[in-house]
Amino acid sequence: MALVQIDNVSKIYQTGDVQVKALQDVTISIDEASFVTFVGPSGSGKTTMLNLIGCLDKPTKGKVFVGKKQVDAFNRRQLAAFRGSFLGFIFQAFNLFPVLTAYENVEYPLVMIKNKSISKRKEMVLKVLESVGMLNQKDKFPDQLSGGQKQRVAVARALVTQPKLVLADEPTANLDKKSAVNVIRLMRAMRDELKTTFIFSTHDPGVMEEAEVIHTLEDGKLV
Amino acid sequence: MIRIFKIALRNLMRYKRRTLLTSLLITLGLLMVILFSGLAGSFKEMMIGQITDSNLAQMQIHKRGYVSSIDTSPLNLTINQKSCKKIEKILGENPDIEAYAPRIKFSAMLSNFKETTNIRLNAIDPEKEIKVCPNVSDRMKFGSGKVPDILLKPGEIIIPEKLAAGLKIEIGGSVVLVANNKDGSVNGLNFRVAGIIESILGPQGKEGYMHIKDARSLLRMEKSEVIEIALRIKKFDKLDDVYTDLKSVLAKFKNKKGKPVFEIHTWKKLSPFSNIAKMIDIMTVSMKIIMIAIVLISILNVMMMSVYERVREIGTMSAMGTSPGRIMGLFLAEGLSLGLISTLVGNVIGIAGIYSLNIYKISYTFGRMDNLLLSPTISFSELAWVSATVLLVSVFATLQPAYKASRMEPVDALGHV
Ligand SMILES: Nc1ncnc2c1ncn2[C@@H]1O[C@H](COP(=O)(O)OP(=O)(O)OP(=O)(O)O)[C@@H](O)[C@H]1O
Ligand SMILES: [Mg+2]
Repeated sequence: MALVQIDNVSKIYQTGDVQVKALQDVTISIDEASFVTFVGPSGSGKTTMLNLIGCLDKPTKGKVFVGKKQVDAFNRRQLAAFRGSFLGFIFQAFNLFPVLTAYENVEYPLVMIKNKSISKRKEMVLKVLESVGMLNQKDKFPDQLSGGQKQRVAVARALVTQPKLVLADEPTANLDKKSAVNVIRLMRAMRDELKTTFIFSTHDPGVMEEAEVIHTLEDGKLV
Repeated sequence: MIRIFKIALRNLMRYKRRTLLTSLLITLGLLMVILFSGLAGSFKEMMIGQITDSNLAQMQIHKRGYVSSIDTSPLNLTINQKSCKKIEKILGENPDIEAYAPRIKFSAMLSNFKETTNIRLNAIDPEKEIKVCPNVSDRMKFGSGKVPDILLKPGEIIIPEKLAAGLKIEIGGSVVLVANNKDGSVNGLNFRVAGIIESILGPQGKEGYMHIKDARSLLRMEKSEVIEIALRIKKFDKLDDVYTDLKSVLAKFKNKKGKPVFEIHTWKKLSPFSNIAKMIDIMTVSMKIIMIAIVLISILNVMMMSVYERVREIGTMSAMGTSPGRIMGLFLAEGLSLGLISTLVGNVIGIAGIYSLNIYKISYTFGRMDNLLLSPTISFSELAWVSATVLLVSVFATLQPAYKASRMEPVDALGHV
């Protein structure tokens, strides 16, 4: 079985009388160590797709398997535990914790989710900060960093727990063209080094050039 | 754990002004309680001390019905020699009792040979009285300027200052006491004025003092007959226990109709100050309730704002797999830290305040007593209790906002702007 298996999945949002079919009968499989991009116009269902794969949301219909586990059957607590152990997240607006330094932001999942020992933590954090090229900025707070630097720290934070799969919803939307391409290249380099699977969405043509596997969504359907 | 508190503290420092204002408010609430309990508590204790140690004594035993007719100082309600012996035996065997003293209370006419006035008298056995009311001589003035070794000898009288001034009686002068005994016959005796006594609050606060032997001969009473037995116990905070104890023992003495013969009262029943003491207690409790309300509302308010402002951060934590318990813990730590900081500051200022009030002593006047010095104190247990309350309320006030944060769905929280 592939790393991610989406079987006949639909997601329907109901707001009052209006039904929005964000995803309609989508079937897709994503292999381990691949570098996958979802593209499509606004409202096509990219975020919905990533939320389902990222175990943040459940489908209205169909089955979602991540790492051979049927995650749509998990409860709240199981989902949280699964996300903590198996997944990493990179966000459009970076979402670094403003009260923590770059180092502490990267350390956060090791302390709060993984309960690693101090010495082990230090080794892991320094290593990943080094590979994203942020070691010399490790003691700065997020508001002292540029957008591109913040997103590098965020990449480090997503990777420090050594997840199988990293999800990133429009990770470059808040960045200038040059930083955007650099962040995507960094992600790909990390995939090459760690064999971590990356799935991200974008509607930036410059970024798409860096992609390997592209899935296009339109009105909630794969085309 | 340390990490959680570190994050909590940094988050508090993020909104410096708000944190400062809130902790200032809590500090003020705490200070209000500490200073008020310190001042009012010491005022209360001092007044109770005045009343029990220099005048009323802590407890009194009478023939039943005496206290309700105390204003007429009835002479027919006496405890006779036989009963007196029995009571003294009970008191002597009770390990909680420090001392007891017999008293005869009555009204008489006081004359300086020209003018005559009414006087209420407390006839005492000086050696026993001093053990029951160790400060009895505090309000007395003597001719020599200092307290004599034997407070009062037979043939001597100590009269209230108002009467002394009114009748122009001086220390060393001579007066006549005329009194009716219980059968109605009149008797008079000469006395030397040994001293003058200041008044004190309460019904027994304007009495003169004389020797119990003189009272017996003036009133033609039998030997050892008394009106009142005053008591002092070893541990004042056990007053109510000893009282209930003695009350049940005394209740066993019954007359022919099966009614109890004696009655026992504590100072609370005998002095109007007990109502003031009760008021002080009620006010202290009210202060504490106000403090709890301040802490509850201000922390609830701040923590609700904190959660609301940080929805996206909460979403991020939750998406990354932080367990709901951890998220709740993070916010609880924040509320607790806020309470803790305020408590520490409040305690430091409060202790400093009480300390400085003790250096610059406050003098005040109460009734006819003046130049009373107030030295406020607050016990460690009281401080600990108040501080623990603030901390507990802080956590309690944070529970709801923290729970709300922990229940947020990451998808909704992340989408929040
Ligand atoms: N919570 C929601 N409630 C109701 N409708 C929603 C909700 N979230 C998404 N939708 C709808 O589902 C459809 C797909 O939304 P989605 O966010 O997945 O699109 P997207 O491809 O990520 O768009 P964008 O490029 O603008 O981010 C849209 O029509 C959107 O309006
Ligand atoms: Mg989107």
